[in-house]
Amino acid sequence: MMPRHSIFGLARAIVVAILVAAAWPAFAQPDPALDARLKRLEEELRCLVCQNQSLADSNAPLAEDLRREVHGLAAAGKSDDEIKAFLVARYGDFVLYRPPVKSTTWLLWFGPLVLLIVGGVVWWQVARRRPRRDQPAMPGTASTAGTADAGAAALAKARALLDRPSE
Amino acid sequence: MKALRLRLVLPLAVFAAIVVLLWVGLSRDPREVPSPLIGKPAPAFTLPLLHVDGKTLGTADMKGQVWLLNVWASWCVSCRIEHPLLMELAKANVVPVIGLNYKDKPADGIAWLTEHGDPYRHSVVDADGRVGIDWGVYGVPETFVVDKAGVIRYKQIGPVTKESLEKTILPLVRELRKA
Repeated sequence: MMPRHSIFGLARAIVVAILVAAAWPAFAQPDPALDARLKRLEEELRCLVCQNQSLADSNAPLAEDLRREVHGLAAAGKSDDEIKAFLVARYGDFVLYRPPVKSTTWLLWFGPLVLLIVGGVVWWQVARRRPRRDQPAMPGTASTAGTADAGAAALAKARALLDRPSE
Repeated sequence: MKALRLRLVLPLAVFAAIVVLLWVGLSRDPREVPSPLIGKPAPAFTLPLLHVDGKTLGTADMKGQVWLLNVWASWCVSCRIEHPLLMELAKANVVPVIGLNYKDKPADGIAWLTEHGDPYRHSVVDADGRVGIDWGVYGVPETFVVDKAGVIRYKQIGPVTKESLEKTILPLVRELRKA
């Protein structure tokens, strides 16, 4: 036998379903796939007014207008690239958080990599020339052996502490 | 000896390069985004006039003359900064200025012009900002210089200053007139 409250719940669900179905045309056709696509797209577009916010995050009036514009274009069946091209034609590459690779953006795209390589080469050159640390720099110091013993002692102490049963 | 000199000079050269890069980069205004519309035909519009009911003005009406499009609104605070300069420009009658009343209520726009003075040959109403988007407007006030063929030649973002007017906009207008 079905418990009473679940029968009541079922009846209520049916009533709600009928009401929603009746009111359906009044809704602006919720389309989760389109919403997700627009959200993803708007996160890649920069708001011109608050320049460190995306179109999705910004509350600026222009961002609202541009979101409306993007929605309209998407509803008209335009692809993501066409929508981006629409905005780039008006506001320039600046609206894209991921600017295209071209001659004026080479420094932007490859600069960090070049710096990393230069830094690596310099580091390698310096490291190669510097005398190695594990060879005793001055005669008569037995510091290496001493520190090894101290390290082993500290490790043993730590082990003992960890093995102690907790209170 | 030679290697030593390189080791002295190289870090200095790198430092100098970074200084130059930062000097140029940081002295630029990041709010001024270069417009991709410069050198391109001005996006066409036909919009209702602010002052006359039922009449429109469009980019096509301005063909054959050099003109300025000034984007303004009654809610725009910086528009008050450039307003006296535009009034002077109108008095000197150098170049026709069309006002684009951007995302404003027409009544508010008219009241603002009545209070401060009207420097525009005509003002047109862009109530929903749709034409503003076509022109890449993002920071009111903005001023565009359009040549005789209807091509955008220059865009000023933010208020027009005495300097930008005398050093850039007016010389450009004179040059475009001759063309």
